[in-house]
Amino acid sequence: MNLHEYQGKDLFRAAGIPVPPGEVARTVDEAAAAGERLGLPLVVKAQVLIGGRGKAGGVKVVRSAEELKREAGRILGLDIRGHQVRKVLITPASDIEKEYYAGIVLDRKYETPLLMVSPEGGVDIEDVARATPEKILRLHLDQRGLPAYRARAAARFLDSRYPVQRQLSTVLQNLARVYRDQDCSLAEINPLVVTPKGEVLALDAKVVIDDNALDRHADLAELRDLGAEDPGEVEAREKNLSYVRLDGSIGCVVNGAGLAMATMDLIHYHGGKAANFLDIGGSSNPEKVTAAMSLLTRDARVRAVLFNIFGGITRCDDVARGLLAALDRIGTKLPIVIRLTGTNEKEARDLLSARGMTALSDMDEAVRAVIARAAEAA
Amino acid sequence: MSILIDRNSRVLVQGITGRDGSFHAKGMKEYGSKVVAGVTPGKGGTNIDGIPVFDTVAEAVARTRADVSVIYVPAALAQDAMYEAIDAEIPVVVCISEGIPVRDMVDVAAYLRGRSTRLIGPNCPGLITPGACKVGIMPGFIHAPGRIGLVSRSGTLTYEVVWQLTRAKMGQSTCIGIGGDPIIGTRFVDTLALFEADDATDAIVLIGEIGGTDEEDAAVLIENHVTKPVVAFIAGQTAPPGKRMGHAGAIVSGGAGTAKEKMERFERAGVPVAKVPSEIPGLIARALQSRRKPVLRVLRGSAPSAKRTVAKKKAARRVGAAKGAAKTKRPAAKANRAAPKRLAARKRPSK
Repeated sequence: MNLHEYQGKDLFRAAGIPVPPGEVARTVDEAAAAGERLGLPLVVKAQVLIGGRGKAGGVKVVRSAEELKREAGRILGLDIRGHQVRKVLITPASDIEKEYYAGIVLDRKYETPLLMVSPEGGVDIEDVARATPEKILRLHLDQRGLPAYRARAAARFLDSRYPVQRQLSTVLQNLARVYRDQDCSLAEINPLVVTPKGEVLALDAKVVIDDNALDRHADLAELRDLGAEDPGEVEAREKNLSYVRLDGSIGCVVNGAGLAMATMDLIHYHGGKAANFLDIGGSSNPEKVTAAMSLLTRDARVRAVLFNIFGGITRCDDVARGLLAALDRIGTKLPIVIRLTGTNEKEARDLLSARGMTALSDMDEAVRAVIARAAEAA
Repeated sequence: MSILIDRNSRVLVQGITGRDGSFHAKGMKEYGSKVVAGVTPGKGGTNIDGIPVFDTVAEAVARTRADVSVIYVPAALAQDAMYEAIDAEIPVVVCISEGIPVRDMVDVAAYLRGRSTRLIGPNCPGLITPGACKVGIMPGFIHAPGRIGLVSRSGTLTYEVVWQLTRAKMGQSTCIGIGGDPIIGTRFVDTLALFEADDATDAIVLIGEIGGTDEEDAAVLIENHVTKPVVAFIAGQTAPPGKRMGHAGAIVSGGAGTAKEKMERFERAGVPVAKVPSEIPGLIARALQSRRKPVLRVLRGSAPSAKRTVAKKKAARRVGAAKGAAKTKRPAAKANRAAPKRLAARKRPSK
């Protein structure tokens, strides 16, 4: 789960990482009121769950009350790569002497979190990694977390001044603690700045929480901003479906993530485009099939639907029952191509044929069929 | 033989009284696995379908000599279940549970280093040696005994490929699902080493997916140490970056972990990559016909007689076996780190 910048900063603040004050505004009036409390000059920052907002005009320094209102109004109406800006963070503009980078991610290969710091802050760390990899220091965080001496080493890599190093090493240790305590999969400060007065401040916060850990962080789970996410993905999550919106026209309902990926690849291979990734999971729950159908039939882009079910623990007849129930409830005119193989395949075919439907048993054949049906329907 | 499990394996089911645990314990037993014990704290002394239930893993092992454990507990309890099995020194532990927080697995992975247990999973379908032993949740009937080893990060996609192999009359030595999470106990490199050393395996099918670099590590290992033919397939060729595709580990992040990179790396290692799953049986058949030349022959640069080739092949296999045994020791990350050096030292021409 991605957190907004202001939510990430709240986590950082609570962990003792210095962040500038700030207020969230949903309207121009709220922004103006916040501006009066905080004092000029200010920065207006779009709160969207996607990167690259600066380049899209979603971050702006303002020096007067009028400018604040104008920019807050403009940014609150922005659409940043499909993400509507509904909130802005109003925060005092900081004087910046140095911009550094600090971030922690999971290193899958070493099976530990990895702290990366760089004196090249304020830019995309992947660009730094490509252009000047020697400007990134990497430290694996083992069972000890980040011992003070390693935090000091990282701080020395960033800044030569001892008083600044002391602040930086504390920030890094606190960042390591947040990462572990809050079950983060990413905790990033970019930029981590030093002001002309020699103060260290986290000017941004990018935090991603491990979805699998939300059960033990009720407070974090509440931070989920449903309005900022794709409605289809929100609905799918509520129904325990794994769904990702894609940009094609063929809806897919598949059991299992690997098979679902292979299905969308196969659609592409045969010249079509999938409208979604959708995994109904390994269990035989007709309710899930109904929920999946309901989701796809309301997607106006979908021209045809492919069911690709490999019955193992999932029983084909349960899927067929779910599909028939869904059709009774929803009643769609969309062409549906069904591929069923495996456990209780025959029972499923009997159920479907009683309703005048047939199921294929070969995956390639089914994919070619659904592409043809989608082309007819378009 | 086979890898990791065979008809003598004595299976213990952790979480046997739960809905999934009891269902699959029955399924494994019906398949012919020797399910000797179950564990659920507080349910000791009862039985499920004739399988005795114990309160602790240690007690179950002491009483039944179980040597494989399979875990079907909710995600929140899975870390503890793994610790209990590792502390009971069970050689093979298979964790089926899905949805385990990464932090829990970071700690388990650290604890496993230097210990004797081989963990498979989590978030995996388990493994099966067809006709002998099933430890997991896969439908047994799609498999057939044979000589193809299969390793995969997926569940149902594995079934799909197994079914295609079975219909093409290509039975399997062992099929193993290593799991779709970012941190898993056994990776491609570990299973490749085991298959390379296994006399009952002639060729290997590897089914990878987007996310991480385990496929790339596998390609390096194959290039240098695997003499048996390998055929690969990568799922997620059309997955958008930054989106998790169902599996917690299936995500292209920061431009890394794409299917394209993985496919290209395999091809550079001389591993045929199937574009669609249905190509796999054909590629295996072709690879088996024109077997990759054994290392020794390539190094000599001459073509020995057929008889000698067989002898060399066996020798090469033994070398691989010894290497495999060394490689499978933890930490896995260390083995990966060392691999590129070996690549430089023993570069072999790829086809």
